[in-house]
Amino acid sequence: MPFKYFGKINFTPYTKVDKFSDYLQKGKLMGTKCKICGELYFPPRADCLKCMSDTFQWIEFSGRGKLHSFTKIYAAPKGFEDIAPYTLGVVDLEEGGRLISWIGDIPENDLKINMKVKVVPRMFEEIPEIKLYYTIEKQ
Amino acid sequence: MKVGIIGIGHGKFGNRSDATVQELAFEPFKEAIENANNLRREDIDALIVGSVPEYHMQRSLPGVVAEYVGMNPKSTWLTEAACASGSAAIRTAYMSIKSGMHDIVAVIGVQKMRELSTEEILALMGRVGDVQWESIFGTTFPGYYALYAKRHMYEFGTTKEQMALVAVKNHFYGAMNPYAFFQKEVTKERVLGSDDVASPVNVFDCCANADGAACVILTNEKLAKKFNDTPIWFEGLGSASAQMSLLRRPNLVEIPSAIEAAKQAYSQAKVKPSDISVADVHDCFTIAEIMAYENLGFCDKGKGGKFIEEKQSYIGGQTPVNVDGGLKAKGHPVGATGVSMTTEIVKQLRGEAGKRQVSGAEIGLTHNVGGIGQYTFVNILKR
Ligand SMILES: [Zn+2]
Repeated sequence: MPFKYFGKINFTPYTKVDKFSDYLQKGKLMGTKCKICGELYFPPRADCLKCMSDTFQWIEFSGRGKLHSFTKIYAAPKGFEDIAPYTLGVVDLEEGGRLISWIGDIPENDLKINMKVKVVPRMFEEIPEIKLYYTIEKQ
Repeated sequence: MKVGIIGIGHGKFGNRSDATVQELAFEPFKEAIENANNLRREDIDALIVGSVPEYHMQRSLPGVVAEYVGMNPKSTWLTEAACASGSAAIRTAYMSIKSGMHDIVAVIGVQKMRELSTEEILALMGRVGDVQWESIFGTTFPGYYALYAKRHMYEFGTTKEQMALVAVKNHFYGAMNPYAFFQKEVTKERVLGSDDVASPVNVFDCCANADGAACVILTNEKLAKKFNDTPIWFEGLGSASAQMSLLRRPNLVEIPSAIEAAKQAYSQAKVKPSDISVADVHDCFTIAEIMAYENLGFCDKGKGGKFIEEKQSYIGGQTPVNVDGGLKAKGHPVGATGVSMTTEIVKQLRGEAGKRQVSGAEIGLTHNVGGIGQYTFVNILKR
């Protein structure tokens, strides 16, 4: 599925790491690994930050990690008003790297920095144009 | 050869639906020329505009500003570094003079943010982070600083009350600044009781979008005395960048570009944080000022909350900070902010700050952060 379906509103339909959305649709959270120096990346990168190599391979991430920080957004930007308020979390992934996403089914009072969480691939199945995303859930 | 400031001007910040962007630019430019002794507009070699172009209906801003203020056919261009565009313009002016390319350079920081609809501004602001991996989840500018605030609270025990005290201080001084958007004091209770924006950030933890302009005129050591008895000199200029994406930042409790820019500025000026008499820092959110205390070395890492609680950033405290009201009370016309900070430090060092004067101020500092720390400029000025 094209990368343009990743996210509620996608601003970057064209990218060298567009396979990310294909994997996400199959339920896999993928990062990249530099073929030369072995550095792991999430978010994925086509070009290695460390050694500047432009060769990479896809590596599946477990999705497990720890909640680094979170915030409940009340004032939403254009295109997100319909889901406000929503809670965003930043997760430090077990394999390295970080992501930001919506908190899924974790009750607000249970949210704690450093708690163990799991990132779960999802789809907006109710919308005709299927959109891909992931949420942060309890581990 | 040293580079100094010989003239400053500052327009009224706020809701300026009475003026176009070039009309806003004209106000401080005229004032800055008059502020220098016997300076004629013809003496100025170049005009650098600091602004974020996306906010204006008018495209290619330096063109319309240069024409309106009467600088044609002199050289003019734009510098952009998000909310630090004004300081980026000042750095460019310094380099132009230092290189010998130009002798006298005017910098106008100008922004008209209220020309766009709220929806358009929100959409723009929503794309302030990495649009590929972050904005797709509806991140916002206050949301990013909220993530910083939450983590800062977790690691150091910083509180919402301490954040509120930053707003209380900045509004206390803003009430004495005729150029400020909000010239009213606020109580801690009012700040804590204001609407949620992105927890733990409330409306009163945020600066307001505003229209406004400020201007400084720079020249070299040879010419400075001719135009001003008390030129204010640039002693250290630091500039650094940090990851666009928060996901690639080393941590969420400090702004790495600020730490690096401060290091450069202190080392170039050969001064220590404790030598700073007065500072204007980038308080786009109250947590940002708390981190600025730490990143600039006014206090130890993690002690920023305590620093405001002990009133160390008030006049009479260890290092008075934002005694012009900061972005919080002045409003934040993004391109104008860095230039506005610089005019305040010049006033303080000349001893012209009136009721807000830090007595005997000798060394001043500006700290201007672009975006969520993607760019930081730290300048140290001396009498
Ligand atoms: Zn590599």
